[in-house]
Amino acid sequence: MSDLDPRRAIVDVTVLSGDGYTQELAAGDIFRIVDLEGNQAVDTLFFNSRDLDERYSATETIRRQGNIYLTTGTALVSSEGRPLLTIVDDTCGRHDTLGGACSAESNQVRYALGKKYMHSCRDSFLLALARYGHGMGKRDLPQNINFFMNVPVTSAGELTFADGVSGPGRFVEMRAEMDVLALISNCPQLNNPCNAYDPTPVRLLVWRR
Amino acid sequence: MTKGPGPAPTTPQELIGGIGTSDGRATGQETLRGGQAWSRRLRRNQRLRIADVDGRACVSALFYNARNPLERYNMPDTLKAQFTAFLTAGRVLYSDMGRVLCSIVADDCGWHDTITGVGHAADGRARFGQGSYQALRNGFYRNGRENLLVELGKHGLGKRDVVANVNFFTRVSVGDDGTLTYVAGNSRAGAAVELRFEMDTLVVLSTTPHPLDPAPEYRPGAVALTVSDGPPAPADDPCRLSRPENGRGFALTAAYNAEIEGLS
Repeated sequence: MSDLDPRRAIVDVTVLSGDGYTQELAAGDIFRIVDLEGNQAVDTLFFNSRDLDERYSATETIRRQGNIYLTTGTALVSSEGRPLLTIVDDTCGRHDTLGGACSAESNQVRYALGKKYMHSCRDSFLLALARYGHGMGKRDLPQNINFFMNVPVTSAGELTFADGVSGPGRFVEMRAEMDVLALISNCPQLNNPCNAYDPTPVRLLVWRR
Repeated sequence: MTKGPGPAPTTPQELIGGIGTSDGRATGQETLRGGQAWSRRLRRNQRLRIADVDGRACVSALFYNARNPLERYNMPDTLKAQFTAFLTAGRVLYSDMGRVLCSIVADDCGWHDTITGVGHAADGRARFGQGSYQALRNGFYRNGRENLLVELGKHGLGKRDVVANVNFFTRVSVGDDGTLTYVAGNSRAGAAVELRFEMDTLVVLSTTPHPLDPAPEYRPGAVALTVSDGPPAPADDPCRLSRPENGRGFALTAAYNAEIEGLS
């Protein structure tokens, strides 16, 4: 297990549930996301920060590793077929590639037309991109990763939302393979068990070598 | 004896080729060769029937709101609303705005892949060899990624608009440990899938090989496209009723269509 010292991290921030966040990483940086209280979905996208048109691709990532779940050893592959980051440590064991991000509109479809007022990951993504600038916006929201979220697919092709596989203090750690922009929404979803109905903060750390 | 180009075309269909040309109507038939790209806008309530000609079709497809392509097919929203990892009759394709772009009203296949994307040029070279236009002319080896980019470019769209696509006629199953398995023989010659559009939609297709198909030769299959007009989805439509989520999706779509009509 990773023994990096948080006191030597160049970034050590806590992101509250319902907040969006962007973090630039340099090639070689180690990026850790810690599920502080357990069962918290962290919706995440990555971009090549030197060419923002190149971004994380769920389909490239799962096809090239032949598996829908992310864990240690997974290359997070871009739309150009290149690794953006590699997962180098994972005390959770499974992260989701298919569940995407909640939105006001999808909450209306999934739960009730009256749920439109509820906060959502896609709103957090849009606000974080508006703050980041560089012309980024809705076109820059392809299918994202959900760290610490469990969305099993059965052999019959059923998609299910299971209780989280994560727990307090579990973390996932990645090495940036190029200069990368990370876009994060700490999920505010209250309508399903992806956050155990109680969204909680997460901690982000970056080590530069 | 003249060396002219042969008999002159005599019908609008021959003059222009493809759907939307005969009699000036926006309906008709067109065959896509394997390896081809295609796009057009379909009106609300129009149908698009895609038939597998050779029994080895893979049709990679993306869908956008024809009036505002910022709104586009969303794989996770489609799968989550219907608790499924694949598409078949009775299911619908959702946009990222909670609306139904189109419904699958008929399907001979039973499974259409949603999660494994399209091949790239490097994938094709590794599997099939170089396959350049210089050597093979119009039999050259095309790939889904580049076909989609070319066709999207015709509508002012590009790399930022490529999202997870549907691969009609192909099946990839997922094991308990998450492992992907390409299932050969999912389709057959004559098998068809029919889409009914619930809002005005830009459709982009590529008939290039599925990236997980182990066939060693580049031999993409042809499809026959048929566009027709039809009535709106009735109140007891199976796609509308297949899940309570879809009922709400249809309601949001109807509200949007009314909003658009109010603006025009």
